[in-house]
Amino acid sequence: MLETITYSLLNGLLYGMLLFMLSSGLTLIFGMMGVLNFAHASFYMLGAYFAYTLGMYTGFWVALFLAPILVGALGAMTERWGLRHVHQHGHVPELLFTFGLAYVIEELVRLFYGTLPMNYRMPEGLDFTLFTVFGTSYPAFRAFILVVAVVMFVGLYLLLKKTRAGLIIQGSLSRPDIVAALGHNVPQVFMWVFAFGTALAALGGVVGGIHFVTEPGMAFMMGPIVFVVVVLGGLGSIPGALIASMIIGILQTFTLSVDFSIAHVGAWFGYAVPPDHLFATLWYLDSTRIAPVLPFLILVLTLIFRPRGIMGKREA
Amino acid sequence: MSTVQQETLAGSKSAGNIWVKRAWPWLACLVIALLAPTVLSSGHDIHMLSSMAIMMVFALAYNMLLGNTGLLSFGHAVYFGFGAYIAMHALRWSNNAVLDGTGYGVPIELIPLVGGLAGLFFGIIFGSFSTKKAGVVFAMISLGVVGLVEASSLAFTGFFGGEAGLFGDREDVNSLLGIEYGRSLTVYYLMVFWLFVCALLMFLLRKTPLGWMANAVRDNPERAQFVGYNTTTVRFMQFSLSAFFAGVAGGMFVLVEEIVTDEAIGFLLSGEVLLAAYIGGIGFFFGPIVGAALVVYLESNLSSISDAWLLYFGILFITVVMFAPMGIVGIIYQQWFNFRSGGWKGTIPARLYCTVTALIGLLGFICIVEMAYHYLRSWNPSAPMTLFVTTVDTTTALPWLVSVAILLVGLGLMLFHARPMLRRAVEAAGGNK
Repeated sequence: MLETITYSLLNGLLYGMLLFMLSSGLTLIFGMMGVLNFAHASFYMLGAYFAYTLGMYTGFWVALFLAPILVGALGAMTERWGLRHVHQHGHVPELLFTFGLAYVIEELVRLFYGTLPMNYRMPEGLDFTLFTVFGTSYPAFRAFILVVAVVMFVGLYLLLKKTRAGLIIQGSLSRPDIVAALGHNVPQVFMWVFAFGTALAALGGVVGGIHFVTEPGMAFMMGPIVFVVVVLGGLGSIPGALIASMIIGILQTFTLSVDFSIAHVGAWFGYAVPPDHLFATLWYLDSTRIAPVLPFLILVLTLIFRPRGIMGKREA
Repeated sequence: MSTVQQETLAGSKSAGNIWVKRAWPWLACLVIALLAPTVLSSGHDIHMLSSMAIMMVFALAYNMLLGNTGLLSFGHAVYFGFGAYIAMHALRWSNNAVLDGTGYGVPIELIPLVGGLAGLFFGIIFGSFSTKKAGVVFAMISLGVVGLVEASSLAFTGFFGGEAGLFGDREDVNSLLGIEYGRSLTVYYLMVFWLFVCALLMFLLRKTPLGWMANAVRDNPERAQFVGYNTTTVRFMQFSLSAFFAGVAGGMFVLVEEIVTDEAIGFLLSGEVLLAAYIGGIGFFFGPIVGAALVVYLESNLSSISDAWLLYFGILFITVVMFAPMGIVGIIYQQWFNFRSGGWKGTIPARLYCTVTALIGLLGFICIVEMAYHYLRSWNPSAPMTLFVTTVDTTTALPWLVSVAILLVGLGLMLFHARPMLRRAVEAAGGNK
């Protein structure tokens, strides 16, 4: 039991940190521009594919920095020539634009790389066992992902709270009109934030592509979950995104690794529903099968009962 | 969107043969729908026509939300899917009743109605909490609901049939009219019947006070409230009715396909109906109909010709969102209006020139995409590839250079020569574009 808990906690922490890498950029974009960026997970996927391609020429360590910069540049172009153009038509076309973009990016990835998973491996320098718990080894690469995520969180926090650029971004989050009146170029701030957010997602992709699988479906796997995190954490709140990522990550891993159903609770009280009963399916439902349902349940419940999320200052 | 209102206002002023004026598009569509199988007579084509009818009902139902009420849903396939699953259970139950000889079952003509009632039921349940707010919150809740339902479709295998889905048989059912529905052509005519019933109902619904209030709630909720309407109630009623028609589409789907899998209830179909409605034009009643026909046509024909159909599809969608938010029907309507008011006078050559250069650019683009797919994705890139009228070898540079040249010439002429020319011609004619 203790073994399962420790292991689920470690894996959940890792999954949560990966979710945080994706959602921190999205929550900034969402909070500032009000754009539900459907293509955010696609930029995460591009990060993984770019790092794979670059890594073949430059090695992993250079790609770790180059891939996010490249994807960030793509993000800046998307904002400058796409979103800004659509912005005048209102919020719905903006949303639809990113929705279509997600389609196109996935198809382009299929075109250039095919549908099969890529052979994207971790660098040899990180391919060793860090420590062993309960006879199961913990790879150093997972610890590396945690380090990257923590560095990212601290860097982001310092950037937003301690620098002048962060001050302007924070101002644009809540009152873009006043920031513009003070003489700042708000559209340009938007572009930089969009570029920065997509670069963060790409950084998540560089390490996430190794941890999971680098394939064209990876964006669609992560996309909806990231929205859950952003809404649960509260729009525009980085600490909120961190807490929500942890909650979702650990919850998902636990429900997947623990064999549990309502029937277990019933068994403690010596009660069982007959197998042909109307509610038998629900009664004997494994927690592993509930796991994919949970994030969406949380999303709906959050939006109904607390639309501003855990740490958000205003409603979605 | 206001053009629709102008159109109806203008229509009501010119009385006289008003019914002929209003009814002719419907009659024309009915004639086309009835005669279509004589031209497109292969089994594949008739299946495509039936799918078009289903998608049209679904897209029209979707547009009751997006176009009329201003609610952007990412999960409308939930109601299509529940309609399809419950209609399938009704069909299976009727199959058993007929085969056992124990009962009459649900007549096949009414199976779509069963789907509609199921859609209405789930629309009322999910709509009761999701329509409290409009805008992004509604969009997010719809996203959550579709995720919830799609994920549970794999958990509750008894109802959803698991990954294999559920099967039924449309031949072992009683019919109200005593017709055998074994042939796909017969089913197609049943689909046309339901399409016209639903389309007419949805059209008339726009003319009711509810339909007008839905427009008011979309455009200015505060004022709608001030007049004394509860915006949540209006949204909820539109949502439930839209779910009803989506469910009817699901029931129609069951009769055509005789199988339902979790594809009918998930994210992908939800996205598809959004694309269909938007490409067609959400500000016009006929927009989603045109969009649905186009989407189903591309899906069933282009996917066999080209691997790149999803890419074309995504690019078409982005182009519409960026440059023509009123959709295809919107463009046609705008140009027709312009033509009737004499806006085309003296500018026809410039317009033709603009269109031709745009088509040349498009040709170059298609050549590049097709060659890229051949070069990157086929087993043997050096194998000769048929491209329109010629055969090219994609490993040599020449076809690439020619394609890029066509693209640049077409696009360049359009952007830097044809469009300024059109603008000058329009200014010279003294009209608006």
